[in-house]
Amino acid sequence: MKNLLDCDRGEKVKVSKLNAEYDLKQRLISFGIMKDAELEVLAEAPRKKTIEIKVGKMRLALRSQEAEQIEVKEI
Amino acid sequence: MKEDNEKIVCPVMDKHIKVALVGQPNVGKSMLINSVSNAHLHVGNFSGVTVDKTEVFFDYKDYKFTVVDLPGTYAFTDYTIEEKVTHSYLCAEEYDIIINVMDSTNLEKNLQLTSELLTMSKKLVIALNMSDEADKEGIEVNAQYMSELLNIPCVKVSAAAKTGIEELIETVVKKFEGEKQEPKLIFSEAVEEEIEKIVSYLQKHKYKAVNSYRNIAINLLKENKKTYEKLHEEPLWTELQPLLVEASKHIELHHNTDDIKEAFAEEYAAFNRGIVAEVVKQTTAKSEAKTLTEKIDALLIHPIFGIPIFLFFMWSLFQLTFTLGNIPMDWISAFFTWLGTTIAPTISNDDIRSLVVDGIIGGVGAVVLFVPNIIILFIGIALLETTGYMSRVAFLLDGFFHKFGLHGQSFIPLVTGFGCSIPAYMSARILKNDRDRLLTLFIIGFMSCGARLPVYVLFTGAFFAQSMAGNVLFGIYISGAILGLIFAKILKITAFKGVDEPFVMEMPKYRLPSLKLIWHTVLTQTIMYLKKAGTFIAGAAMMIWFLSNYPHNANLDKVYNAKIEKSVSVKQKVLLENQLAEAQLGKSYLGRLGKLTEPLVAPLGFDWKMNVALQAGLAAKEVVVSTLGVLYSMGGNVDEKSKSLANNIRQNIPFASAVAFIIVIMLYLPCLAATTVFAKEAGSWKYAFYLFVFTSVVAYAFAFIGYRVTLMLM
Ligand SMILES: Nc1nc2c(ncn2[C@@H]2O[C@H](COP(=O)(O)OP(=O)(O)OP(=O)(O)O)[C@@H](O)[C@H]2O)c(=O)[nH]1
Ligand SMILES: [Mg+2]
Repeated sequence: MKNLLDCDRGEKVKVSKLNAEYDLKQRLISFGIMKDAELEVLAEAPRKKTIEIKVGKMRLALRSQEAEQIEVKEI
Repeated sequence: MKEDNEKIVCPVMDKHIKVALVGQPNVGKSMLINSVSNAHLHVGNFSGVTVDKTEVFFDYKDYKFTVVDLPGTYAFTDYTIEEKVTHSYLCAEEYDIIINVMDSTNLEKNLQLTSELLTMSKKLVIALNMSDEADKEGIEVNAQYMSELLNIPCVKVSAAAKTGIEELIETVVKKFEGEKQEPKLIFSEAVEEEIEKIVSYLQKHKYKAVNSYRNIAINLLKENKKTYEKLHEEPLWTELQPLLVEASKHIELHHNTDDIKEAFAEEYAAFNRGIVAEVVKQTTAKSEAKTLTEKIDALLIHPIFGIPIFLFFMWSLFQLTFTLGNIPMDWISAFFTWLGTTIAPTISNDDIRSLVVDGIIGGVGAVVLFVPNIIILFIGIALLETTGYMSRVAFLLDGFFHKFGLHGQSFIPLVTGFGCSIPAYMSARILKNDRDRLLTLFIIGFMSCGARLPVYVLFTGAFFAQSMAGNVLFGIYISGAILGLIFAKILKITAFKGVDEPFVMEMPKYRLPSLKLIWHTVLTQTIMYLKKAGTFIAGAAMMIWFLSNYPHNANLDKVYNAKIEKSVSVKQKVLLENQLAEAQLGKSYLGRLGKLTEPLVAPLGFDWKMNVALQAGLAAKEVVVSTLGVLYSMGGNVDEKSKSLANNIRQNIPFASAVAFIIVIMLYLPCLAATTVFAKEAGSWKYAFYLFVFTSVVAYAFAFIGYRVTLMLM
């Protein structure tokens, strides 16, 4: 399965599943990252440690470990 | 009930309305309060500016308003401490009405919180803030239609442009006087069906409740704790429970998940999408062209250039702090000298004259001298906070910080620490995990606060050429920060072991802060500094003066005066007079105290005066400078022609001792007030004691190394 970290810059994808533990999952949901939400990868920090994505109109920074827990599929 | 009675008895009395301001982070809640009242709440362009509730009072017509500014929260999930503050306030405290502040340019996300607010069953008004920005971006919100759809009054406002404010207050008053209305919230058919089942069950049993059955049903399905507990005690629970279990199962099945919260989040999201589709119109064609924020980000968070650019900004800030800040210094210095020489002849009593001129004017003057430097530093921090750059740097540094066991978001409290440690300790609340938070709290002190700046400026100015001083200043700050990181790592692998916390942080759009906003932010902080100089520092300077003047040894006077009379040359006379003053100072209470503990600091190359100044600095860092000011202006071995403190320091303190002194200032315990806040935020005084031991040991060890190395090199 593809996760968010596998995506390239500028790629637009759809969330298929959140594999995060409870707290983080609730947090992601409150940011609008839930099933079928559309995401776009905007930028990467050095060595892809942290990435910046776009959810709706909001920009969000995520660490690579968190990005890995978001399963995505192509639109 | 009691209040109602009062209203009837005394109809002319002003009515009180207590408003809770709720919204997601960074939507402009604090700024909205500032524009309604004349409060100066802290405003910044990142999530987590407000971390504690603050009450603001103002009058409008016959109404006395109390507005409570609450920390922004994305959802009621109690993810961080500041979000818990908001949630528990809303659940436990008394208030009349909620204003839900929203960012008009991103309604869909903001409505997610609104859906949760509806379960509080309180009167609600929606403030559609940032309408000026929405206009600019070609986003048109039909507030009228939105009010109808949600059955909640929605008012367009702009806290920045101050539009719609009056209408908002009027709406709040009207809502306050009117009846509570059931907001409209429509779920998918599957969920509506389950709600209907529970409602009809409650109807059948004629369950008595304040809230509507529908509200209770939704809360039950959402597994709201309070509603659960309440119904748990009712006799109808035995029959209700299986009904609920069944209903939840249906809903989860419908959403293909095993988490009812996720199911409801999806329900809300769908409803909100519907609302947004109805009320929001994008007037200018949504082009594929990059927004301004994206263009700026392409440079500022560039994977290679991002960090060097940030370092360059910081370097420039310290250059400016030194070069620009030192220009008005001569004027301020001249002013206090003039003040001293004008006042001195008007006081006949020798002791009082010395108290006023050497003690108060000398001490306070030494601190006020650095106001220009401090203002520049504050402007720099204010720019970082209000433009949106702060979150970018947190993003850039997260990978680096992570290596040292810190969290990218720790950057925010750490940067705040360059201004003052007190708000920095508080803002560590934005960190979710207690261990991360404690770790950050422990190293905030390594970020030199604004009150330490005067000491640095004084010493770098005394020992380095103008062109180098700015670089040295930058070096001091950076090495403090680097040491902080190293200690973070050490603490992380020893005291605060544990799993890494997730890093998810909103990146706000860039905003050009208005001059007024910067002006107010800097002014508030500067006034605080000056107030402190006029009260606390003046008091401390007086105390230092007293302790260094008494007891007066008459015997010494006799011995020296005899010698002075016999002296032949003027030069010898001045020398003897200086020796007398120095001897008197040494015999004073302060001199004895300083000398008592001198052996302890002798390995660092400090004389007793520096020793005393450092100890006084435990109360507040500004006192270090004022104490040095008092002690060196009274001490004898001062060339009368070079009265300035910097000159005195250059002449009396060896360079290596100065280096050690700066290192101690950089690393030892923050001021008393900050330590108190530290203990409160860390949760116990035990931690304050640890902090004291930790910083003292570190400061001593590094100062010793610094002293020895400098001696060797010189
Ligand atoms: N253009 C525009 N900017 C605004 C408006 N209101 C607030 N801002 C800006 O939005 C940012 C956030 O403002 P704050 O008042 O600190 O937001 P807050 O909701 O209190 O944030 P937290 O305390 O973090 O929850 C600041 O940069 C403000 O200058 C507005 O009406 N228009
Ligand atoms: Mg705020």
